[in-house]
Amino acid sequence: MSRRVTPQRLLANVFLYALLIAAAIVVVFPVYYALISSLLSTPEAASWPPKLVPTGLHLENYTEALERAPLLRYLLNSTIQSSIVMLGQVILASLAAYAFAFIDFKWKNLLFLVFLSTMMIPWEATIIPNYLLIRSLKWADTFQGLAAPYLATAFGTFLLRQFFLTIPKDLRDAATIDGCGHLRFLLTVVLPLARPALGTLAVYSFLQTYNQYLWPLLITSAKDMRTVQIGISLLQDEERFAFNIVMAGVMIVLLPTLTLFILANRQLIRGLTAGAVKG
Amino acid sequence: MTMVSESTPEMARGVRSSLRLTGPRWRAVRNFLLAMLFLSPSLVIFLTFVFTPLVRTFWLSAYATDPIGRPSVFVGLDQYLRLIQTPDFAYSLSRSLLFVLYTVPTTILVGLALATLGNMRLRGIALFRIFFSFTIAVSGATASLIFLYLYHPATGPLNYFLDLLHLPRVNWLTDASTALMAVSLTTVWLQIGLNTIILLAGMQGISDEFYEAAKIDGASFWASFRHVTLPLLSPTMFFLLVMDTLAALQAFTQFQVMTKGGPMSSTAVVVYSIYREFYFNGQYGYAAAQSVVLFFIMLILTTIQFGVLERRVFYQ
Repeated sequence: MSRRVTPQRLLANVFLYALLIAAAIVVVFPVYYALISSLLSTPEAASWPPKLVPTGLHLENYTEALERAPLLRYLLNSTIQSSIVMLGQVILASLAAYAFAFIDFKWKNLLFLVFLSTMMIPWEATIIPNYLLIRSLKWADTFQGLAAPYLATAFGTFLLRQFFLTIPKDLRDAATIDGCGHLRFLLTVVLPLARPALGTLAVYSFLQTYNQYLWPLLITSAKDMRTVQIGISLLQDEERFAFNIVMAGVMIVLLPTLTLFILANRQLIRGLTAGAVKG
Repeated sequence: MTMVSESTPEMARGVRSSLRLTGPRWRAVRNFLLAMLFLSPSLVIFLTFVFTPLVRTFWLSAYATDPIGRPSVFVGLDQYLRLIQTPDFAYSLSRSLLFVLYTVPTTILVGLALATLGNMRLRGIALFRIFFSFTIAVSGATASLIFLYLYHPATGPLNYFLDLLHLPRVNWLTDASTALMAVSLTTVWLQIGLNTIILLAGMQGISDEFYEAAKIDGASFWASFRHVTLPLLSPTMFFLLVMDTLAALQAFTQFQVMTKGGPMSSTAVVVYSIYREFYFNGQYGYAAAQSVVLFFIMLILTTIQFGVLERRVFYQ
């Protein structure tokens, strides 16, 4: 294809870039607004018209947000909860996906459907008994209570199975001949080959768990067991008027997931769409 | 001469099979047990936290409960009769369905526009793709907090923009006639990341040959969008239609953080009503009955979508 720049082509490109920039501004605006608001002084934050460009760098809002609410403690809780869920999902989904991809057994399709059916069951159809169960186990305000219901994942099992199926069966046959058992084959051959898919699942499950709201709202009430999403909403209740400080808190809560997304977006997108589009 | 020769694979297999129970029947049993060993951790979690609670929700809906959720009196279908008799539930249901209508088509259309833009072959397009998909990393709670201030009637920028355009101000979240729309807008923003990602992947899966052929036929950009992109993208859009509908009927965070069901119950969607009934009012049986009804509505909606719409989807 020739890439000569004709006036029409140049005009078309200018128009396209204008459209792209306009669309990007609209989509990014809420987070942009949160960011610049988090840097305003308190009088500026309450002034009219609303400030849409930064006027200074009032970074003390961030230290104040960290002091007024135990945000660091909330961040730690969320990180622990998300790491447990992430590890659990990666391990449990690897094991299950291995069986679906490498072992021939009776009722395989039926069991696979059982797994997939969990994706069609909405949370509200299970939440009341789950809440009562966790409370009767005295698991409220504990990490096992926060994490246990989410340790298994049909989506992750499906994602890893799709990837495992691309690994040649010959490898398994050769390993069997060498006397290598299933578990060792999974650990030494399959998992190293499946690193991209494992990475996708790890990032995705971390994001999902870190961003959870309802479950931690229901089962945590002790102040030092709250997660960030609940903690940040509490900050809003206490600081109804000093919204520059609430926005500083919001930015602190957003920072880990936004960083993770920017670093891992290619891998995340490739993995998610491989499952969704090719189905 | 050495007695120990190097063992060949055939020999190894022969030695092993003579040591173990063999035959196709035994191998089938052995493989099944082996598979269950790998599947059981996940199955235990699903059984404990998905299947058993699902059954218990149905069971709970036939009981009145004591304040800590233990079923006390069997009431049969009374909870369901109460649902039909009180106008609140029908109203909640209508708000939920309206929320689906506000959010789902909008999200798919905006996602389609952003994916089309993101699919242009231009320098720096990767950066724009990040902008168009980053909301997938934003939580419902933080988005709701940000929009709470965007919507602020006296100091928020949205009313400031309306002022600049000489349009009347809107009491976004405090007016019963606009609150559901305002929550919907936040929801659309939250969902466009995922929708754009999936639509963009669908577009990139369309072979260039189709576009070349359209070009040879002298098709304009719009013509090839209408006659090539849209039909070939219909399976992806159908997938999103089902997923977005299910997600909209399960949306909770936005309602809890932004409106708490108000003003005047205008945003008291079914899941919010379920939460209020069991968590605040301790009406576990009544809340369970609402869950069961919503569960079947979702099942019926999904079945209709598969039965009616999927036939019109063009699979490549």
